[in-house]
Amino acid sequence: MTDKNKYLWIEYLIFACAVSTFGLVTENTYYLQIMTFIGINTLLGLGLNMLMGYTGQVSLGHAAFYGIGAYTTAILSGTYGLNPWLALVCAVAAAVLIAFVVGLPTLRLSGYYLAMGTLGFGMIINIVIREWDNVTGGASGFVGIPVLEAGSIVFMSGASYYFLVWGIVLAAMIICRRLLASRTGRALRAIHDGENAAVAIGINTHLLKLEIFMFSAALGAVAGFLYAHFVLFISPESFGFMFSIKIVTMVVIGGMASVWGALLGAAVLTLLPEVLHGFAEYEMIIFGLILMLVMIFMPQGLTQGIMDMIRTARRAKA
Amino acid sequence: MQEIVQYLFSGITTGAVYAVIAVGLSMLYSSTELINFAHGEFVMIGALAMVTLWVRLGLPLPVAVAGAVAAGCMLGLVFERFAIRTARNPEPITLIIITVGAGIFLKGAAMIVWGKDPFSMPSFSSHESIEIFGAALLPQSIWIVTAALVLAGGIHLFLKKTITGKAMVACAVNKKAAWLSGIPSEKMGVLAFGISAGCGAVAGIFIAPITMSSYDMGTILGLKGFCAAMIGGLGSLWGAFAGGLLLGILESLGAGLISSGLKDAIAFVLLLLILYIRPGGLFAAKEAKRF
Repeated sequence: MTDKNKYLWIEYLIFACAVSTFGLVTENTYYLQIMTFIGINTLLGLGLNMLMGYTGQVSLGHAAFYGIGAYTTAILSGTYGLNPWLALVCAVAAAVLIAFVVGLPTLRLSGYYLAMGTLGFGMIINIVIREWDNVTGGASGFVGIPVLEAGSIVFMSGASYYFLVWGIVLAAMIICRRLLASRTGRALRAIHDGENAAVAIGINTHLLKLEIFMFSAALGAVAGFLYAHFVLFISPESFGFMFSIKIVTMVVIGGMASVWGALLGAAVLTLLPEVLHGFAEYEMIIFGLILMLVMIFMPQGLTQGIMDMIRTARRAKA
Repeated sequence: MQEIVQYLFSGITTGAVYAVIAVGLSMLYSSTELINFAHGEFVMIGALAMVTLWVRLGLPLPVAVAGAVAAGCMLGLVFERFAIRTARNPEPITLIIITVGAGIFLKGAAMIVWGKDPFSMPSFSSHESIEIFGAALLPQSIWIVTAALVLAGGIHLFLKKTITGKAMVACAVNKKAAWLSGIPSEKMGVLAFGISAGCGAVAGIFIAPITMSSYDMGTILGLKGFCAAMIGGLGSLWGAFAGGLLLGILESLGAGLISSGLKDAIAFVLLLLILYIRPGGLFAAKEAKRF
């Protein structure tokens, strides 16, 4: 084991300890619920970060995969009574398949064109969910999603679901990190730094972008699955354009190309509406302002921005 | 036949509104390479300012229109100065988030100023509708189409005939070269921002009588405007205009003949098709990508 690897495992260990201490100590179900949402959003952020942060491809339709995951599991397990864990497999398969079909032509585009293409795709999925009402429940939403069970454990109370979600987050983090440390990860970063150069050294950039797009769709579908079985009621609004933007914002605010950035971004954007709840009227104004200010003054995101601030402060002292 | 003509009329009417939105976006994109996700919010500001100035305060129509356009332009300029120009890292993704943030901010501000209820507005002239092939043509539709044509024609003349306009085109083609030949390219960017925001407000003013105006009307209109601009060809003035008309007509026909629920999907399906088949847009020749 190299030194770097050792540090990584220490990081994971600290993270796992922090998460489990919080889960064991907290008895307030509201806090546990918020933390569960942070975990679900972290999964979404992680997935998009792989695409956006490392490959440099912007997707403004990521909520579509979240929705596909949530609705596939809801329909299969709710309407047809399939075992939810089997439904999870189907949800991931559906998202990956759709990502393949959509990504094949879309990922040939770049920059604003790719952003608009994914935006259009996200809108179409959302409209389909809203209009196909005899299957999805339409605008009024889908009720009757079964509760998750595994053997004798029922994932119902705040704590059990909390551990389920964060266990999956930890696993996803490790998978992402392993992927990034591999040959594939280096190829991804090569695309980010210069696509033409990457092609020149023999990387099949289109295939690789497609693969990572499918991977991030799969993570999105897992998040959707967890969301559906947690809130037990889903409606189209949760998977619309604004939510796609929110996921992009999580990645950008937290800091691109950083696994911890996704976590920080998800935490900030999930907590913000809760904190702003007292200012209901001003919530949108404050949210918009924060987005603008962070992007204007800390374009690298909070992780990098705060680190830079600490560094400058240290230098000022010395 | 009668139905088809009716769909065409309503399609051209909304299409003209999309066209004005798309022209504003396209103009901004070609001179600053910025896609403004808050553009739809300027449409909303135009419509709601019109409600206040014309319906509430009872100002004469031309004054109210001028006031609403001025409000849109001013907001656009303030936004450019404080958000876009102060940005430390003007990369596309950063700018996208900044404009999205501005859009949410404007929406929230409008909610506080005008409340959550939608407003209706009377049409500009109260003549009877005209009957053509048995289909009714509303006078407001004529207003809208005329306004769209005058606006696009005006911008066209401005870009082709005036020295300032020519300087703007030069900036759009090559910023550095324009700067080297003494054109203040930064000022041209500001000007483009002002005109673009003004276009948004104009679209809002004319759409207010045919739909309800509320603080959250902007987002979907802005997105439709993008679709129109992309379909026609980003950065081409008449391309964006034609894209808007085409989108309006297809939407109206689709809503009438297929399903009204899927109306909003038409724009995005069209957008994806165009991106796959002809990413430059329908009317963009390779060399003449801008204006």
